[in-house]
Amino acid sequence: MRYKGIILSFILAGMISTGCTGSMEMKTSKEREEESTKGNPRIRIGVFQPLTGAAAAGGRMTLEGIQLANHLFPEVLGKRVELVVIDNQSDRTEAVNAVRRLIQEEKVKAIIGSYGSSLSIAAGEIIKKEKMPAVGCSPTNPMVTLNNDYYFRVCFADPFQGTVMANYAVRDLGAQKAIIVQDEVQEYSLGLSRYFMEAFQESTGNEDSILGVYNYHSGQQDFSNILGEIKKNSGDVVFAPGNYIESALLIKQAREMGIQIPFLGGDTWEAPDFREIGGEAVEGVIFSSHFSEEAQVTRRTQLFLEEYEKKHQREANAFGALGFDAYLVLLDAIKRAGTDDSEKIRGALAETENFEGATGKITLDKNGDAQKSAVIMKVENKKLSYVTFVEAE
Amino acid sequence: MASMTFQVFMQHLTNGISLGSLYALIAIGYTMVYGILRLINFAHGDIFMIGTYVAFYGVTLLALPWWLSFIVAIIFTCFFGMTVERAAYRPLRNSPKISVLISAIGVSFFIENLAIVVFGGRPKAFPIPPMFNKIINIGGVSIVSLTFYIPVITLLLLMGLVYFIHHTKTGMAMRAVSKDYEAARLMAIDVDKIISLTFGIGSLLAAVGGIMWGLKFPQLVPLMGVMPGLKCFIAAVIGGIGDIKGAVLGGFILGLGEIMLVALLPALTGYRDAFAFILLILILLVKPTGLMGQKLTEKV
Amino acid sequence: MKNTKRILNIISIIALIGLLFIFEQTFDSYKMRIVNLCGIYVILGLSLNLINGFTGLFSLGHAGFMAVGAYTAGLLTLSPAMKQMNFFMKPIVPFLAEVEWSFLPALIMAGLVTALIGFLIGAPALKLRDDYLAIATLGFGEIIRVVFTNTQSLTNGALGLKGLPTHTNIWWTWGIAFITILFMVFLIKGSYGKAFKAIREDEIAAEAMGISLFKHKVMAFTMGAFLAGVGGALLGNLLGTIDPNMFRFTLTFNILLIVVLGGIGSITGTVISAVVVTVAMEYLRVLDEAINLGFIRIEGIPGMRMVVFSLLLMIVILFYQNGLMGSNEFTWDWFLEKKFLKKSGKKEVKQ
Repeated sequence: MRYKGIILSFILAGMISTGCTGSMEMKTSKEREEESTKGNPRIRIGVFQPLTGAAAAGGRMTLEGIQLANHLFPEVLGKRVELVVIDNQSDRTEAVNAVRRLIQEEKVKAIIGSYGSSLSIAAGEIIKKEKMPAVGCSPTNPMVTLNNDYYFRVCFADPFQGTVMANYAVRDLGAQKAIIVQDEVQEYSLGLSRYFMEAFQESTGNEDSILGVYNYHSGQQDFSNILGEIKKNSGDVVFAPGNYIESALLIKQAREMGIQIPFLGGDTWEAPDFREIGGEAVEGVIFSSHFSEEAQVTRRTQLFLEEYEKKHQREANAFGALGFDAYLVLLDAIKRAGTDDSEKIRGALAETENFEGATGKITLDKNGDAQKSAVIMKVENKKLSYVTFVEAE
Repeated sequence: MASMTFQVFMQHLTNGISLGSLYALIAIGYTMVYGILRLINFAHGDIFMIGTYVAFYGVTLLALPWWLSFIVAIIFTCFFGMTVERAAYRPLRNSPKISVLISAIGVSFFIENLAIVVFGGRPKAFPIPPMFNKIINIGGVSIVSLTFYIPVITLLLLMGLVYFIHHTKTGMAMRAVSKDYEAARLMAIDVDKIISLTFGIGSLLAAVGGIMWGLKFPQLVPLMGVMPGLKCFIAAVIGGIGDIKGAVLGGFILGLGEIMLVALLPALTGYRDAFAFILLILILLVKPTGLMGQKLTEKV
Repeated sequence: MKNTKRILNIISIIALIGLLFIFEQTFDSYKMRIVNLCGIYVILGLSLNLINGFTGLFSLGHAGFMAVGAYTAGLLTLSPAMKQMNFFMKPIVPFLAEVEWSFLPALIMAGLVTALIGFLIGAPALKLRDDYLAIATLGFGEIIRVVFTNTQSLTNGALGLKGLPTHTNIWWTWGIAFITILFMVFLIKGSYGKAFKAIREDEIAAEAMGISLFKHKVMAFTMGAFLAGVGGALLGNLLGTIDPNMFRFTLTFNILLIVVLGGIGSITGTVISAVVVTVAMEYLRVLDEAINLGFIRIEGIPGMRMVVFSLLLMIVILFYQNGLMGSNEFTWDWFLEKKFLKKSGKKEVKQ
C-alpha cells in the first residue's frame, strides 16, 4: 500500500530529528543521582526558565548567564556544581510542575529562576512549602519575595522601577499626561503599571494626570481598539510594560495608525526579539533596565562582559548578567554556609551583603530583595543605547 | 460609542476588512474540503502555519528574495496539504466518521508538535518587505500599505478560483465529486485525484493567507494556526459550509464583527475570542446550513 | 462458578488496596503524584469514553468541564485567607469569600455544577451530529475558558488560583476511580447502557425501537460531565495551582488519546491505557530535556515527547483502529479459560 510509505517517511522525519539525541541514553533519576554521588561529589542546583513559549527569549538569555557563571566557577566546597535545567514553557502550571520535579525528583539543593514574575510567583508556593532556597534573576514583581522567606532575587523590584520611569517621564520628557496600557494577565505588567501610576500622579502633583488605563491579555495580536482610544485622547506618553512580543506588536500597530506619542516600558523590552518584531516602529522607545555596558559598576562586570562576548560572539544583556549574578550569589551563600544543606543555604543567602556581582553590589534586605540602581535605555538604529543611570533609593 | 470620530471609525473599518479578507482566504480551504469529504480538516490551521514558516525560512535561512521565498512557500504548502490528505485521510476513506475526525485531530497535533521541535518554541519575527510597510495617510486615517494589498490579493485569488471551478473541466469534476462521489466515480472521474487537488488548492490559499497574516502580525509561533484555523472554520460554517461565496461572506462577517465588537463595546474586549464561538453556536442552532448554504443531504 | 468469581473479585480488590498501601509507604512524593495522576486520568478517560465511546457523541469540550470542576472545588476549599491573597486585583464575590468546605462535599459540588453546565450545553448542542457536535462542544469548551479568564471577581481571571489545599491523595483518586469503574460497569450492563450503545450503532434504528434519543444523549452527556468535573477537581487539588490556560484543547486531546488507545467503548481498555499513557508521559520527559553525561551534554528537544505521542495516536488510528481492547472487556471467564473470544465484542447490531 502506497500510503504506508508516506507514513513511514513521516515517522522517519520524526526519528531523524530526535534520532541520536532522544534514545541514546535514558537514565532514571536514581541512576543519575547515584552517578553524581560516587566518584566526584556534586551539588545539584535546579534552574527553571521559560525556554519555549512566549517568554522564551528572556529565559534563554538568563540561562546563558547562569551557564556562563557555572562554566567560570564550577566548584564550591570542593564539589562540582551541576545545573539541572527544566523548561517551564512560559506557563504557570508548568512552572509549578517544574519546581516540584526539581525538588522531589531531581533532589536539588537550591533553585535559580525564573524569568517572568508570574512564573516565579506561581512556583513560590511550592518553594515556600518545601523550604527550598530560591534565587530569582529578573522577576521584579514585589509578590515574588513577599511573605516568602525562601525566595530571594538579585534585581530591583517594580515599585522602584515604576518610580524611575515615572520620574523620567515627568522630569526629562516633560510629560504631564500619561496613558497606561497593561497586560491584565501578567502580574509584572499590572504591578509595574500601578507603581508607575502612583509615582506619576505624585510627580506631576495631579490626580487626573493618568488619562486612561487599557487592558489587553497575553497572546493578543490586534490592538486596534486600545489604539483607537489612545488616538482620541492625546497624552504625552504611553506607559506599556509587558511581554516583549505583545508590546512590540502594540507599538507597531500604533505607529501604523499614526500615533506618534512616545512609548515607555519596563525591563522586558531589552530582549532582541522586541526590536526584531517591532522593526522601525520601536525606534525611540525608552525603557528601564538593570545593567548596561556603559554603566559598568564592578570588576565582575568586566569579567562578565569579556567572557560573555568571548563565548557567544555578541553583545551581553541584562538578563544574562542577572542570571550570572544569581548563580554567584547562590554559590557565595553555599560557601559561607559551609554545607549544601538547603536550610543553611537559605540562612546564608539572607545574610548576603555587599556581594560584588556583574550588575552591581548586592545586599539582600529582609524581604529578600536587592537594592540596586537602574539604567534607562533607548532603542536607536535597532540597537540599545544608554540614556542615564538612576541610583537606588 | 458616540464619541468615536470618523477617522477612528474608518481606521477600524479598514482593519476589519483586511482581517476579514484573511479569514475568507483560509475559510475557503475548509469549505472546499468539507464540500467534498464532509470532513473538518483540523489540520488546515497548521498547514497555514507551515506556509508562514517556510516563507520565513526562505527569507532568513536561504536568503532568497522575498517574492521568490513566498512562491516557494506557497508551492511547498500546496504539496504539504496533499501529503497530509494522503497520509491521514485517504486510508480512512471508508471508515466511520468518528475515526476520520480523530485522525484529523491527531494529524493536526502531530504537525503542531513536530513544528515545536523543528522550528523551536521561541517566537520568531517575520521579516516584512518595505513595500508592505509603507504608512499612507488619507484624511487623518493612517493606513499601512499591506491593508490595501490584502483585500486586493484575496479578491484576485477568489476570481481565479471561481473561474477555475466553473469554467474548466477539472473544476466541473470537482463540483461533481462534491455533489455525489459515487456517481462521479461512475462517470470515470478519478475521485482520489480530485480530492488531492482540492487539498492542494485549499492549502495554497492557506499559505497565501498565512504569509499575509505573518506580514500583518509579524510573530511566528508553532501554534499560530490554531486560533485562526478554528475561527476560519467558523467563518465557513456561518457562510454555509460547502459554498465558496459563503466562506468569503462568513470571513468578512467574522473579521469585521470581531474588530467592531471590541471597538464599539470596549468592555467586551476580553470576550473577543469567544465571539466567534458564540456566533458559531447560534448559527448551528438556528440555521445549521449557514447563511448561503443549501441543505446538504445526509449521506447514509 | 459464580462463587469463584466473587472470591476473585474480593481478592483483587484487597490486592489493589494492598498495592496502594505499599505505594504509599515506599514511593516518594514524585512517584505518588504519578500514581495520583493515573487515577485521575482513569476517571477522565472513562467519562470521555462514556460520551464518545459508548454513546457515540463526538464531544471535544472536556477541558471546559474539567475547568468548571477544578474551579468549583478550588473556590470551595480555598481558605478565606488564601482567597484574599489570590484576589488582589479585584475582591472575590462576597458569597464565596468566607466559604471553606471540606474535600468530599466540594468534590460532589464540583461534579454537580459541572453536570449542570453539561446539561445546559448538551440540551441545545446534542441536536447536532458528528463533526458539527464536535466543533460546537469544542466551542463551548473555549467559551468556558474565555469566560473564566474574564470573570475576575469569581475566578480571579487569568491569574488563576494559587495555594489550593492539596487534599488529593491516592485514596481519593483511586477510590473515586474505583467507584467510577463500578458505576460504568453497571451502567453499561444495564438498560441505559444498552440504549446508549444502540444510539451509537444506529440512531434511526434505536429511535424506532422506542429509545428516546434526546433523553439518553443528554443523560450520557451530563453523566460524563459530572465525572469530568470530579476529575478536574481532583486534578486542581493535586496541582495546587490552576489557571484558565491550563484547560486548553490540548488537555482534551490527551484524554482522547487515552480513549482511542484503549479502545473506543471499552472500560478495561481505558483503564489500562490511562495508566500506561500517564506513566509513559512522565517517563518520556527525558526526551524533552538535556541529558548530562558528565563529559558530553546531549541537548534534549523540548516538545519531542508530544511528537512521539501524536505519532502513536496516528499509527493507532490508521492501522489498529480498535485500539488495545476494541470494545471488549476483561472478564473472569476470559481470564479463567485463557480464551480470547474475539468475536463476542463485535456481535452487536449492525445492519
